[in-house]
Amino acid sequence: MQDFAASFVYAAELLLSGDPELWAIVLLSLKVSLSAVAIAALIGMPLGAALAVARFPGRGAAIILVNSLMGLPPVVVGLLVYLLLSNAGPLGVLQMLYTPGAMIFAQVVLVTPIIAALTRQVIEDLDAEYAEQLRSFGVSRLNSVPTLLWDGRYSLLTALLAGFGRAVAEVGAVIIVGGNINHVTRVMTTTIALETSKGNLSLALALGFILIGIAIAVNAALGMVKVTATRSAYA
Amino acid sequence: MNQLIADSEFVDAITVRRTAPDALLPLVASNLRFAINGRALVDVGELDIQPGAPSVIMGPNGAGKSLLLRLLHGLIAPTAGTVTWDGKPANEYVGSAQAMVFQRPVLLRRSVAANVDYALKVHGVPRNERSACVDAWLEKADLAALARQPARTLSGGEQQRLALARALAVQPQILFLDEPTASLDPVSTQAIETLIRDASSRGTKMIMVTHDLGQAKRLAGEIIFMHRGEIAEKTPAATFFDTPASEQAKAFLSGGLLI
Repeated sequence: MQDFAASFVYAAELLLSGDPELWAIVLLSLKVSLSAVAIAALIGMPLGAALAVARFPGRGAAIILVNSLMGLPPVVVGLLVYLLLSNAGPLGVLQMLYTPGAMIFAQVVLVTPIIAALTRQVIEDLDAEYAEQLRSFGVSRLNSVPTLLWDGRYSLLTALLAGFGRAVAEVGAVIIVGGNINHVTRVMTTTIALETSKGNLSLALALGFILIGIAIAVNAALGMVKVTATRSAYA
Repeated sequence: MNQLIADSEFVDAITVRRTAPDALLPLVASNLRFAINGRALVDVGELDIQPGAPSVIMGPNGAGKSLLLRLLHGLIAPTAGTVTWDGKPANEYVGSAQAMVFQRPVLLRRSVAANVDYALKVHGVPRNERSACVDAWLEKADLAALARQPARTLSGGEQQRLALARALAVQPQILFLDEPTASLDPVSTQAIETLIRDASSRGTKMIMVTHDLGQAKRLAGEIIFMHRGEIAEKTPAATFFDTPASEQAKAFLSGGLLI
């Protein structure tokens, strides 16, 4: 219990003292994960929406595949991205391995199925309500996608939140493709893993609390947005 | 309804179609059939709908009224048969020159004004012309004060007025209405009927389903009476109510149980 209490104090001290090394790690974590979520949203939301409204042979199998990919093991993704980006890999020419770009790449692979699968569910429900009206307006199935995404925007925040949660807490993939290089690719989760292996539990716990704090803050902010939207009947 | 807006101003504001419209009427359905698992839910040999006062489709539950409306509007594809518009098959223009108001209004998760704006936008009305049109229709539907309010927070009557104003904003030649006043109170019903009568007098052909005999008497130019998926009778409204020809219509009008 002393470790926990001391870690709280230590975490508070680190944050309040503005420790530049700590903030660099926190900021890099946020930069990598937010970038990955943004890119995954650009891919996953239209993909999920298209799966919700399109009717084509194999649609059921495609939905099962996307849903299954939500549970991709991060270390496997890390390994696959490593193979892609290594010098001998097809994307080796990009020289991205052991850079934040590689970490973003790996997180995009992990997060895109989550956002796509949750988007499909939200948009399918909304489409069931809107389909006849939009057809009556003369809007084709494909052209209805932007409308459905816009009108489902508050519900889709949940998909983004789930994606961010997965990305920011992920360690297996980023440690393989990022390498945990100090001041270059060291993020909160890889630092926690490293400090724990070194026996520096206080710093590891302090970073863990910061990580949890970020998750709670993001959840709370999005929760407030959703409550406001529901009260206004936009959700 | 709000009478503050002058009629000429209203007409100027809502005029969003620049070219003379192609005629859509008469609307003719031939051998129109819709079946599920071989069971015909709609089976109409010949139906023609001419310009003029509203055509009102009546009949007991399960007669196929709403299905017929959806078949004519093109929301569902028939199992067999055709629908032609002034002799031509449905095309993009035909689709854009008609609209539908559903029994339960489907309002977008946007403000009242944005709902009307959306309909105009998807019909290709330029942004700089939309605002005046939206304002005019909200004024007409007595919703101007609620323009910025989320549409789904409106009362049932207000929601249906908005759905009707939104449909009329695109200046359809034909408007399909599926029980637009079901479960509304008399005040809301009167407001909806005023909008319908006004649009009808401006030349929009109304094809409407209702269970309300009083409403049919107030609005209908002709009655299309359906029973078990077929048209049992199609006749001017006055004739239908005074001297119904079919046994089913007589039973329906006398309040008997029509099975």
